[in-house]
Amino acid sequence: MISDPDVLTLLYLVTIVCFVVALKFLSSPRHARKGNWVGGAGMLLAIGTTLLIDGLENWAFMVPGLALGGAVGLVGARTVRMTAMPQMVAVFNGVGGGAAALVALAEWHDALDPVWDETLSIVLSALIGSISFAGSVVAFAKLQELVSGRPIVFPGQNIVNVLVLGGAAVLGIVALAGVEEQWVLYSLIALASLFGVMFVLPIGGADMPVVISLLNAFTGLAASATGFVLDSTVLIVSGMLVGAAGTLLTLLMAKAMNRSVANVLFGAFGQVRTAAAGARADDGRTVRATTPEDVAVQLGFARKAIVVPGYGMAVAQAQHDVRQLADVLEEKGVEVKYAIHPVAGRMPGHMNVLLAEANVPYTQLFEMDEINPEFPQADVAIVIGANDVTNPAARSDPGSPIYGMPILDVDKAASVVVLKRSMNPGFAGIDNELYLDPKTTMLFGDAKDSVLKLISAVKNN
Amino acid sequence: MTDLPLVLELTILVLAALLGFEVISKVPTMLHTPLMSGANFIHGIVIVGAILVLGTADDSFTKVVGFAALVLATANVVGGWFVTDRMLGMFKRRPEPKRDEADG
Repeated sequence: MISDPDVLTLLYLVTIVCFVVALKFLSSPRHARKGNWVGGAGMLLAIGTTLLIDGLENWAFMVPGLALGGAVGLVGARTVRMTAMPQMVAVFNGVGGGAAALVALAEWHDALDPVWDETLSIVLSALIGSISFAGSVVAFAKLQELVSGRPIVFPGQNIVNVLVLGGAAVLGIVALAGVEEQWVLYSLIALASLFGVMFVLPIGGADMPVVISLLNAFTGLAASATGFVLDSTVLIVSGMLVGAAGTLLTLLMAKAMNRSVANVLFGAFGQVRTAAAGARADDGRTVRATTPEDVAVQLGFARKAIVVPGYGMAVAQAQHDVRQLADVLEEKGVEVKYAIHPVAGRMPGHMNVLLAEANVPYTQLFEMDEINPEFPQADVAIVIGANDVTNPAARSDPGSPIYGMPILDVDKAASVVVLKRSMNPGFAGIDNELYLDPKTTMLFGDAKDSVLKLISAVKNN
Repeated sequence: MTDLPLVLELTILVLAALLGFEVISKVPTMLHTPLMSGANFIHGIVIVGAILVLGTADDSFTKVVGFAALVLATANVVGGWFVTDRMLGMFKRRPEPKRDEADG
């Protein structure tokens, strides 16, 4: 039993050190897993310490709560597919934010004449936690395709959003002004949740990496605010570490799309892009469809091939087959490298995890800046389910909505093969100049089917 | 817990932010998904708050709210850790000996 607050604080300090070490170890894939164990040990220490605090009651709720949550978390973590990782991260963002909001709610209920800074912490914890919870639910629904991944927009949306968030802020001020009624926080949580739903709804699937990162930051900040409510240093520090991680990733993702975070959140991008696409004149160039056999011949003569994976590969669950194709090509003496765009997929680093799952060594994966100078030496670039991140219009056409976005220089390879389901434009809703390039051929069909056919064609070649 | 002065807590907050930016800016792009799920795991520390709320609850409202918070936070901690571990286990320098896997 622990009753000395100093002992408590020191034990929590050990937890903080463990978390920082865990993040530090993530700077290299060789030590990252060890780091996670250190972080896990820190968490166990914090939980054990807290459970041993003198005078805790309600064990009849505590034990089942821990068991139930633990079982749900364990089953979820064990069974989730790597392609569904973005949804999983969204869920964990949501539950963390929800827990923070609930703690704030309980503290508000129990608070006897709270001082202003306690009220402020409760308000912030409830506000940010609720936004994070509701926003994550919508992000999950979009990623799981329970609702359309396309932007959902209506006139005056931004005004409504500002009003909803403003309403929540007013309620926060009411609470600070000393109105300690229960309804104040209930209404605040309701409005903040509504705002969370409304601000994620208009964001298209391709912008999800930004939103997921942002919600991650929110959840961290909510945990940190909860730390202020409970005067807990371990919550303040750990929450802020996550807040920093999420913020950094948000900025990186936005930079990789050459857009401001505000533009991603309030721009309802899909709409703008579609309009711009319609304006483009058709200059008579056509796409050339090809067959697996022709591509196999083409690959047979290649010395160097660069594979460019995108969200389409994740959707088709084709990562294992892509690796097999690379293996077959390497057996034929072709050098194979993978080019990874920072925003390929639906979350930061999405492609790396999928290819790691398929046993592709990470030494074969190259970031945009590393691989771009190599495209001119590549005989074939194989684009599998990637679209916007290869569109040369981003470099050459100032009128294009994605102008200025850093892209993979796929069009500089000697030849390009694009595996694509159909000519339907992707999330961007704009034409990809690359498909009209005379050195590009298109292999239409499901990415997995196409890759499997390619494998057997190359083997028989 | 110890009742710390607000300014001291703010100091700790700002230092934690600076430390966080410093450490996390060293994480390579390749590991950004594990970073996210690792960060997910860390914000599960809100479980400490959930335990305190539930453990000191003396009316049914607080008990129910505390219980719900505890379930969510525990799922966050356990799920976040296991999924991160699973992911990091897949990052290999060299390919494993070839095996014919049936994926699906």
